[in-house]
Amino acid sequence: MMFKSILPRIHGLFTVRNLVIAVPMVWLFALAAAPLLLVLDISLAHMNITSVSSIWHWADDELTLKFNFGNYLYLGDDSLYFKTYLSSLTFAAVTTLYCLVLGYPFAYFIARAPAHLRSVLLMLVMLPFWTSFLLRIYAWKALLSDNGVVNQGLAELGLVSSPLHMMHTSFSLTIGMVYAYLPFMVLPLYATLVKLDGRMLEAAADLGASPFKTFWLVTVPLTKRGIIAGSLLVFIPAFGEYVIPELLGGPRTLMIARVLWDEFFSNNDWPMASAVTIVMILLILVPMALFNRYNDETKLGDKS
Amino acid sequence: MAPVIANTDPDVLLRIEGVSKVFDGVVKAVDNVSLSVSKGEIFALVGSSGCGKSTLLRMLAGFETPTSGRIYLSGQDITDLTPYQRPVNMMFQSYALFPHLSVWDNVAFGLRRDGLRKAELAERVDAMLSLVQLSKYGKRKPHQLSGGQQQRVALARSLAKRPTLLLLDEPLGALDKKLRETTQFELVNIIEQVGVTCVLVTHDQEEAMTMASHIAVMDEGYFLQVGTPDEVYEMPNSRLVASFIGNVNIFEGKVDEDEPDHITVRCPECTHYVGHGISGVPGMNVGVALRPEKIQLSAQQPNKAHNWCEGEVVEIAYFGAHTTYHIKLNTGMNLKVQQANLTRKTADDLTWGDRVFAHWSRDAMVVLTE
Repeated sequence: MMFKSILPRIHGLFTVRNLVIAVPMVWLFALAAAPLLLVLDISLAHMNITSVSSIWHWADDELTLKFNFGNYLYLGDDSLYFKTYLSSLTFAAVTTLYCLVLGYPFAYFIARAPAHLRSVLLMLVMLPFWTSFLLRIYAWKALLSDNGVVNQGLAELGLVSSPLHMMHTSFSLTIGMVYAYLPFMVLPLYATLVKLDGRMLEAAADLGASPFKTFWLVTVPLTKRGIIAGSLLVFIPAFGEYVIPELLGGPRTLMIARVLWDEFFSNNDWPMASAVTIVMILLILVPMALFNRYNDETKLGDKS
Repeated sequence: MAPVIANTDPDVLLRIEGVSKVFDGVVKAVDNVSLSVSKGEIFALVGSSGCGKSTLLRMLAGFETPTSGRIYLSGQDITDLTPYQRPVNMMFQSYALFPHLSVWDNVAFGLRRDGLRKAELAERVDAMLSLVQLSKYGKRKPHQLSGGQQQRVALARSLAKRPTLLLLDEPLGALDKKLRETTQFELVNIIEQVGVTCVLVTHDQEEAMTMASHIAVMDEGYFLQVGTPDEVYEMPNSRLVASFIGNVNIFEGKVDEDEPDHITVRCPECTHYVGHGISGVPGMNVGVALRPEKIQLSAQQPNKAHNWCEGEVVEIAYFGAHTTYHIKLNTGMNLKVQQANLTRKTADDLTWGDRVFAHWSRDAMVVLTE
């Protein structure tokens, strides 16, 4: 009786539809959820000289879980971590802001260009991806260093007597970050701007709105999704960026990814590094969750 | 063809003088058009798509600049004013309501640009919403409304600023047929209640005739004819106008005799005896336009020399209120005849293959030279 009723249910699990869904589900679990759980597990453990202790204990037929919150508490104790998180968030926010301010007119221009030019212009936006990321960041070194191209040019023109110190400052870091992440802002912005109904702008003008007012009251609200998507695409990786601060940032530039590197490779403290990572992920999840909620709301709204 | 001036009313609100619009240096969308629209009237621009009516409307709104010519509103030259500087508002085709704003905010959008005081703004918006009977829907977003309601929001939004001139771009184009008929009257009522002067663009000649006090029929950038709906319908000045506005049968023939009280036109199908003020030179090639509803059908041969012909019923389209017959004449011409169904359908009504005589009165047709 039992057997009979369970069998069709098991059979029902292996429908084509479920199997198709299963592929990405397994993928997501194996490559995203499982490693994350592992990191969480390590962050709650101790570091014994060379190995990580286990939080799972099996003795006398009893399974005990021992959580060590010391790493998390230490994050709160040492103000360095707080400063680093804050500094990383600030750099990510500044990068996002610059990318938005630069990327919006960029995307606007491409979206308003004649249709046959658009694909060419989009290609140009994506062109940098064809060269190695590392190489492009190194190129900025050649441009911004004390005897780099920019300083040579300025000296040639007689504008500066001694070279401007630009490398390894927050200036060079910001330039590098904005440069690297700009395409991630432009593409989603373009996608929403190109769909913007021109008649909306005409309607606004017709009702007496100046071009600036039209932009602010109609164009921006109607491209909100692109702004949010682009900002997240820039903000999240910028927050955890390691290579650019390492190559272009100053020695005292506090970025969380560098702390992470140090915990892993210099201090060899995996639980501490894992705790840093978990907090970092939580900090990113907040804006992400907010975006998802907004997205769901507007999706309902678009059902016309 | 010389430009036609609609009327020379002293009460002219909108005057268009020799306006042309050339796209890409070659395409003449609007070709030397002149027009006057009186205060308080509803003026319709009709024509098939690509005839230039929308371009002309967009020039009135300020979205396009005329290549040449001037536009005057209340005597003031507005040709070079931007859309947001003109006391002109437009109700867009498929409405262009702002999807991110509520109905109330859509209507308030234009008033906010004028910097009205909060209380006055609210009062005006509420008045507009009650005018279009949408007071209860202020908080909704446009996509939560039906097509007819959206149309009324668009109307309220375009009227909120009390424009001197209201432009309507295919105002009923997005509605289904049944809704269109009721909305048509509603729209005209509201416009008349507000008393605003209106220029309306439509491809639907029936819509133009029921709504407008004057109609301009456009083709390839210029006006074929400007007049009241009945003038344009009953006295079309060209074959194009006759066939665009309503259904028509056009006989081709030559003027036979030209007397003071009538002319006769000899066509292969029959001879037309036209009894109203028309004159022409004998031998001149003309067209005789005859509306389907002005023709009678009978089984017996009419007892007169002119204005009848014989044929075979080849097509019957029953519309309930009336029936349209296609009569194949001896020359092969297909004559459309529309008969009101004055009595209920009976078995001895005309049917396919019947031989019939079609006849009409001496005042039924129009002689066309163009």
